[in-house]
Amino acid sequence: MNIKIRIEELRLSFGKAEILKGINIDVYKNKITGFMGPAGSGKSTLISLINRMIDFEENAEITGRVSIDGEDILGDKIDEVQLRRRVGTVFAVPIPLPRSIYDNIAYGPRLKNRNERKELWPLVVESLKKAFLWDEVKDRLDSSALKLSGGQQQRLCLARTLALEPEIILLDEPCSGLDPISTAKIEEALNELKKDYTIILVSNNTKQIARITDYAAFFYMGTLIEYGPTEKLFTNPSERKTEDYIQGKFG
Amino acid sequence: MRINPRFVDKLVKIGLNSQAFFTVGILVTIVAIIFFKGSPYLNMEFIFSSPEDMGRHGGIFSTIIGTVFLVLLSIFVATPLGVGTAIFLTEYTKESWFTKTIRFGVESLAGIPSILYGLFGFIFFVIKLGMGWSLMAGVLTITIMILPTIIRTSEEAIKAVPRNLRIVSYSLSATKWETVTKVVLPSAGPGILTGIMLSVGRAVGETAAVIFTMGSSLRLPTSLMDSGRTMAVHFYILAREGISMEKAYATALVLVLSILSINIIAYYIMNRVTSKYS
Repeated sequence: MNIKIRIEELRLSFGKAEILKGINIDVYKNKITGFMGPAGSGKSTLISLINRMIDFEENAEITGRVSIDGEDILGDKIDEVQLRRRVGTVFAVPIPLPRSIYDNIAYGPRLKNRNERKELWPLVVESLKKAFLWDEVKDRLDSSALKLSGGQQQRLCLARTLALEPEIILLDEPCSGLDPISTAKIEEALNELKKDYTIILVSNNTKQIARITDYAAFFYMGTLIEYGPTEKLFTNPSERKTEDYIQGKFG
Repeated sequence: MRINPRFVDKLVKIGLNSQAFFTVGILVTIVAIIFFKGSPYLNMEFIFSSPEDMGRHGGIFSTIIGTVFLVLLSIFVATPLGVGTAIFLTEYTKESWFTKTIRFGVESLAGIPSILYGLFGFIFFVIKLGMGWSLMAGVLTITIMILPTIIRTSEEAIKAVPRNLRIVSYSLSATKWETVTKVVLPSAGPGILTGIMLSVGRAVGETAAVIFTMGSSLRLPTSLMDSGRTMAVHFYILAREGISMEKAYATALVLVLSILSINIIAYYIMNRVTSKYS
């Protein structure tokens, strides 16, 4: 199996608070990998390293290595703007930019100087289709993205990320504020998308992790407790903590 | 004895209402006086002919042109400078003694009486740099005078843009500059415009700083090195030297009407722009 992202001995602290305490994990290509764990387990911080959004936090001290396709991405040599085209992100709260639906999706491609007429239109349509949003918005691409419902906004954010044509998609609790139907639509989209992308899904919702991920990792207090095929983790976990968490005894 | 809270509530409501009416009342009174005293003398000829005999006869065309040149040029110079400074202070530096010093300086500048700007402009631009009484010296002086307002209001407007929007922009592979120009500035637009409008008002109404630097020539200014007179200066001289109160009020009326219409047009445009996608 192909390893897409390799994380080695990763430590991160803000001042005296150590958030990640030596993480080692391989994320496989074209799979959905779930990161779960209670609040404060470091799972969101971990993914913010993969797209270098950690750069916007002050005083973060990082040691260890994160590589994509064997290439180190934490060093100064990497162009973080280029990196964020390869690693798309969907945040917990959908944040549409205050402009039209079309312009939201086109935001990333336009930064790359995509030829407006010839390439942009098909790319926007395709992205919206992949995010299962096309049918709901095809007649009003010109209207404000802020007028969409919460579930639609989150799929808009997914489509906007897809329009970057990334290799990896990071989703940071994308369904935490959504109703079950919207959640189902996102999950349906993700299931289709894993053919072409490597996906990391951070979630507090163990049922969601069990439903749609191929691999699952359980984090607790900044350490990786257990990692393996989702089915194994949920039916026969090796660690007591994992079992307790999955059964809802804490978290 | 305990006062009935409902009674207090009513009393406060009446008090606040009358305060609001008082404020608006003063404004309406001033505009009304100017309107009634000025409107009989206001006609097309007054606007489109140049002053004669020190302004005792004729119109105010050259002073309208002087005002337009002075205000537009000052805004054109001050806006990029001021907004640029605000962007630097909010987006490109962290809070430090350096930014605090700049901010303190800006706030102090905002509180200086305009006559001091006039004096500075006279000594530095008019005499030292040898510009003479000229549109150029006036524009530079007014620019310095309105910069603090533009910087402060732009800074507040930029700070008010949610951090989330910036984060999203970065996550979509935007650089800092792309984020500033495509996300931050459009969202901060209405606030920045408010600062510009306040500055327009200050520049249009300024007399002291203008007399010292641009002079008060009644001739139509045709180059940056010409002296000229603004409507506010014209009004001041007409009234102060008792040349013609009728012409003075008519000039004031044109001044008030133009400020009013600039404001209405600016907010109309801004509303169109911002309401489109929010």
